[in-house]
Amino acid sequence: MINRDLVIVGGGPAGLSAAKVALDAGMKVTLIERFNQLGGQLIKQTHKFFGSKLQYAKTRGFDIAKILIDDLNGFSHDQLEILLDATCVALYPDKVLTVYQYGKYMKYNAKSVIVATGASEKILAFENNDLPGIYGAGAIQTIMNIYGIQPGKEVVMVGSGNIGLIVAYQLLQAGVKVSAILEAASYIGGYLVHASKLKRLGVDILTNTTVKKAVGEEKLEKIITVKLDEKWQEIPGSEAEMDTDVLCISVGLSPLHQLMSMAGVKMVDISELGGLVPKKTCDYETTVDNVYACGDVTGIEEASSAMVEGRICGLMAANHLGFKHPNGEQLEDDLNNQLCVLRQGPCGEKIRCGLKKVGEI
Amino acid sequence: MRVKEHPILNFNHQNEIHFTYNEKPMVGYEGDTIGAALYDNGIRHFSDSVVHKRPRGLYCAIGNCGSCYMQVNGVENVKTCMTLLEDDMRVISEVDEDKDD
Ligand SMILES: Cc1cc2nc3c(=O)[nH]c(=O)nc-3n(C[C@H](O)[C@H](O)[C@H](O)COP(=O)(O)OP(=O)(O)OC[C@H]3O[C@@H](n4cnc5c(N)ncnc54)[C@H](O)[C@@H]3O)c2cc1C
Ligand code: FES
Repeated sequence: MINRDLVIVGGGPAGLSAAKVALDAGMKVTLIERFNQLGGQLIKQTHKFFGSKLQYAKTRGFDIAKILIDDLNGFSHDQLEILLDATCVALYPDKVLTVYQYGKYMKYNAKSVIVATGASEKILAFENNDLPGIYGAGAIQTIMNIYGIQPGKEVVMVGSGNIGLIVAYQLLQAGVKVSAILEAASYIGGYLVHASKLKRLGVDILTNTTVKKAVGEEKLEKIITVKLDEKWQEIPGSEAEMDTDVLCISVGLSPLHQLMSMAGVKMVDISELGGLVPKKTCDYETTVDNVYACGDVTGIEEASSAMVEGRICGLMAANHLGFKHPNGEQLEDDLNNQLCVLRQGPCGEKIRCGLKKVGEI
Repeated sequence: MRVKEHPILNFNHQNEIHFTYNEKPMVGYEGDTIGAALYDNGIRHFSDSVVHKRPRGLYCAIGNCGSCYMQVNGVENVKTCMTLLEDDMRVISEVDEDKDD
C-alpha cells in the first residue's frame, strides 16, 4: 500500500491544474493518467481557444496542455509522482485506490482524492450504429491529430455543436473531405463563426436531418438519412442515400462517473450537465469525505472552467488537511470570480441551470 | 493514409516499427498505438461483439469502449488503442478474416 496526501485521477486540464495548486500548498501528490501522455482532451485540440486571457484564450489547445504540464516541472519525485499508462480501476469509500499499470495492480491509500476523469462520448441510436467506420468525434480527432492518419476518404458528421463543427474543420485541415454535417434540430448548435467558415469551404450543414440507418457488410459503405419535423418525428418519404466510409458521431458527452459511483458518492442525473454527476458542496467535496471532483466529470463544460475548478479543488483538498497555500485566501476569491465570469451570459445558461439543480449555486 | 501536409501540426513519421497482425507483416511508426498502426494499415474490423458477433471498429480510440481488444504477444484482451506499438509485436485478432477486405 502506498500512502499519499492526495491522489488525482485524470491528467486533463482539471487534474493538472489541481495538482499545481496542491503542490504549491505542500501536499505530496500522485497524478494518475491512463494515456501515455498528459493533457486530456487538450492534446488533440489544434484550434485557438475561446474565452478569457486568464484561461489562455487565443492559445491552441495542445499549447495550453504544454503550459499546464510545464507548470508541474521543478517538483521533486517525492512531492509529485506522475503515473502514465496507469488506469485507476477502483475507488473505495475509505479512499483506497486500485491502479493498473503495465500488467500490475497497485494499491494507494490517499488522505484525499480528486476525481478528474473527464467524459465519454454519447452514442446515437440508429440501425447498425455499431459498424466499423462509425466513430466518435474524439476517436476521429485522436487518429488524425495525434497519429496523423486520415480516418477515411470522406466523412459525414452528425451533430453541429461546437465539437462537430471544429472536428469537421480539422478534417478539412487534414485533407479529408467532409460531405455534410447533419443536425436533427432546426438550427446549428455551435458558434456561427465556425459554421460560416465551413460553409465558405463548401460543407453543407443539413438541419432537421438525422441518420436513419447505416449500411455495409463488414464496414460502413453508406448511410440513409431522413428529415425530421419540428417535433423530431421522421418525415415519411424523405429518406436519402449518401455514400461514405466514415460517419463521425458528435452528439455530446457524458461524465465518466463510474469511480465516484463505486465509492458511494451520491450521484444525480442532470441532463443539462450531460448525465450522472456527483452531488458536491461549494468546496467541491462530494458526499464522501475528502473526495473531490472537478472538470467535465462534474458536468460537461469547457477546458477553461475545468482548469479553474481544478485549481479550486486542489486548494480545498489542501485546506481541509491543514496545508497552507502561500496566498490561499486571495486565490480562492479570484478563482470563484473567474468561474462566475466564465458562466455569465447566454452561453453559460445551460450550465448555470444544471448546477443550480445539483444544489451548488 | 497518413496526413502528408498540415497547416498546424508536424508529424514525425520516420522511425518505422515492424510488427505482425494475424501473422502478416505490417509497418507502423514510432509513437503509434497498436490501434493507430492497424488503422493506417487498412484494418477497420477490430473485434466481434460478444453475443451477436457483430463487427466492431476503433470506436472511441481512448480506452472507453472496449471494441479494440486483441491478443498481443500472447496476452489476451489488450486495449490496442491505448498500447504503444513496439518492434516485433505479434498482434492477433479473433475476427473472421475471410469476410474482411
Ligand atoms: C473538439 C473539441 C473542442 C473543444 N474546444 C474547446 C474550446 O475552444 N475551449 C474550451 O474551453 N474547451 C474546449 N473543449 C472542451 C475541453 O477539451 C474539455 O472540457 C476539457 O478537456 C475537460 O477537462 P477535464 O480535465 O475535465 O477532462 P479531460 O480533458 O477529458 O481529461 C480527463 C483525463 O482523465 C483520464 N482518465 C479518465 N479515466 C481515468 C482512469 N480511470 N484512470 C486514469 N486516468 C483516467 C483521461 O485519459 C483524460 O486524460 C473542446 C473539446 C473538444 C472535444
Ligand atoms: S477503441 Fe474504445 S477502448 Fe479502444
